[in-house]
Amino acid sequence: MQKIIELHNIIKEFDGERILDNIDLDIYDKEFITILGPSGCGKTTTLRIIGGFETPDSGECLFDGKRINDIPAYRRNVNTVFQKYALFPHLNVFENIAFALRLKKVPEDEIIRRVREMLDMVALRGFEHKNVNYLSGGQQQRVAIARALISHPRVLLLDEPLGALDLKLRKDMQNELKHIQQRTGITFIYVTHDQEEALTMSDTVVVMADGKIQQVGTPIDIYNEPVNAFVADFIGESNIVDGVMIEDGRVRFSGKEFVCVDGGFGKNEAVDVVVRPEDVDFVAPEKGMLVGTVTSVTFKGVHYEFIVDIGGFKWMIQSTDFVDQDERVGISIDPDAIHIMKKSEYSGKYGDYSSFSDELDSLSDADTVEEE
Amino acid sequence: MKKKSLGGALVAVPHIVWSALFIIAPLLFVLYYTFTSPEGGFTFDNILGLTEYADIFRTSIEMSIIATFCCFLIGYPLAYFIARSTERQKKIFMILLMLPMWTNLLIRTYSMMAILDDGGFLNSILLALDLAPVHIVGTKGAVIFGIVYDFFPYMVLPIYTAIEKIDRRLLEAASDLGCSNAQVMTQVILPLSKSGIVSGITMVFVPSISTFYISQKLGGGTFELIGDTIERQFQSYSTYNIGAAISLVMMILILISLAIMNRFSDGEETAGRLKR
Repeated sequence: MQKIIELHNIIKEFDGERILDNIDLDIYDKEFITILGPSGCGKTTTLRIIGGFETPDSGECLFDGKRINDIPAYRRNVNTVFQKYALFPHLNVFENIAFALRLKKVPEDEIIRRVREMLDMVALRGFEHKNVNYLSGGQQQRVAIARALISHPRVLLLDEPLGALDLKLRKDMQNELKHIQQRTGITFIYVTHDQEEALTMSDTVVVMADGKIQQVGTPIDIYNEPVNAFVADFIGESNIVDGVMIEDGRVRFSGKEFVCVDGGFGKNEAVDVVVRPEDVDFVAPEKGMLVGTVTSVTFKGVHYEFIVDIGGFKWMIQSTDFVDQDERVGISIDPDAIHIMKKSEYSGKYGDYSSFSDELDSLSDADTVEEE
Repeated sequence: MKKKSLGGALVAVPHIVWSALFIIAPLLFVLYYTFTSPEGGFTFDNILGLTEYADIFRTSIEMSIIATFCCFLIGYPLAYFIARSTERQKKIFMILLMLPMWTNLLIRTYSMMAILDDGGFLNSILLALDLAPVHIVGTKGAVIFGIVYDFFPYMVLPIYTAIEKIDRRLLEAASDLGCSNAQVMTQVILPLSKSGIVSGITMVFVPSISTFYISQKLGGGTFELIGDTIERQFQSYSTYNIGAAISLVMMILILISLAIMNRFSDGEETAGRLKR
């Protein structure tokens, strides 16, 4: 695949505060790439630099291999779907969508044809003469997408476009956006803080935190092989415990030794161990690799969600088997469900469920460590 | 429900009394004088005799249109500039803009005379610099300058408010879709500040068409505006009827122009086509 946008060592500061710290990112033609991170991580600023609304303090932004740092937004072959849509209130639906074509002085019959095409694509046929101020959020969103796509940009930037919609509509729009992206073959760069949205739609996910890129990969890579505690915690649920790598394939945590499939660490190197809640099986206490006490049970529909106290550390476990609160349980973990990560600045900050429960008393439980 | 509307009616009483005394009653007087002779009989002569003042009407309309247009030319860029400044700068510019309005109009006009007069401040500077003195007071230009100087804050304020309301993201969206800076101005900012432009024009045009003092002082008595004529008619009792007739015609003219302006601002509410 061919690179369409490259960011090299991008640094951006606002009022002396570093928002982007050495961003390096390659974006490939025709891919659906999502920049994912909590608010304030720099994801929107990255998007605005690609769109031409911000200039980086240093570093290079390349489009098709050519430097575009100094090219203004209106001359870039990139269009944007803005947060809260930013439709022109003085123009109706048709004219909002036709805006870019009218600027280019495209002949009237072609404008009509192409606007119709766009209206069909976003299922808004018949809305041509409606006032945009009276449309619902979902309809405004569709107008914004049609308006951005009508001039067939190479790249479409989407800044949390579904943030203002309710859950049901959001799911529908996710599918629709993915569908539109596949049909048009336009590169979508999508910014969101919603990890589920990122996993559902993207070919590539870029996880950002504190102005830095933490990890780039496919949704499956990001979920199964997170590089550090931040990514493991931000994408899905994770139990992250301190461990020691005895040698390749053998790791020690929670006072026990486990077989795993990861390697390449130093002998006796301190590591973070990630176990996803759904990868833990309940067994009889005497057969368990680890033994703990269930402190809370929540019914989630497809499965139950348990918080289990194992040696003072609270694990989240998801299972379809029911175990009652206060029951002692044994747990078993398959070797390939144990993921080992190098220690990072985020170690110890995430992946402990002692404060997860609504009941504050489980917080104090974590302080009184009982050895098994 | 009934009680509530009674309370509502009571609140409106001072306004109704005020309007009746100071708006409705004077209008009725104007109507009465317009259609009566000095002796008190009914007549159309006052209205029919107005052809005599046609030239003065024309000059007044002409000059107020020019002055309003000048106010717009100066006021719009200034309003845009202020609306795009930082919060701190906005406060400073606002004070600078309002400051002259804290001084009485007569005093401002007198000081303008002192500055622009043939032997005034400006000409003494020009002479001191060995430049030819300029004759300003007594020309139409001086009167237009005076009107613009006095009324242009009324142009800036509503336009400033309208531009400030425009969401910045709309400007980004416009340049994202291919607008150069100039096109962002013509396609988005101008149409979205139309309501401000309409009220600005109204607020400058109406007082400047009926202004009288500025033309007497800065015009040096060389020509009259309709406001001056009305004032003169009301100085002697025998010509009240003519003054009233001119006032009535003026009011009708202003009402017509307001109606036209309102049509423009109504157009803003219904989303329309992009201008080309």
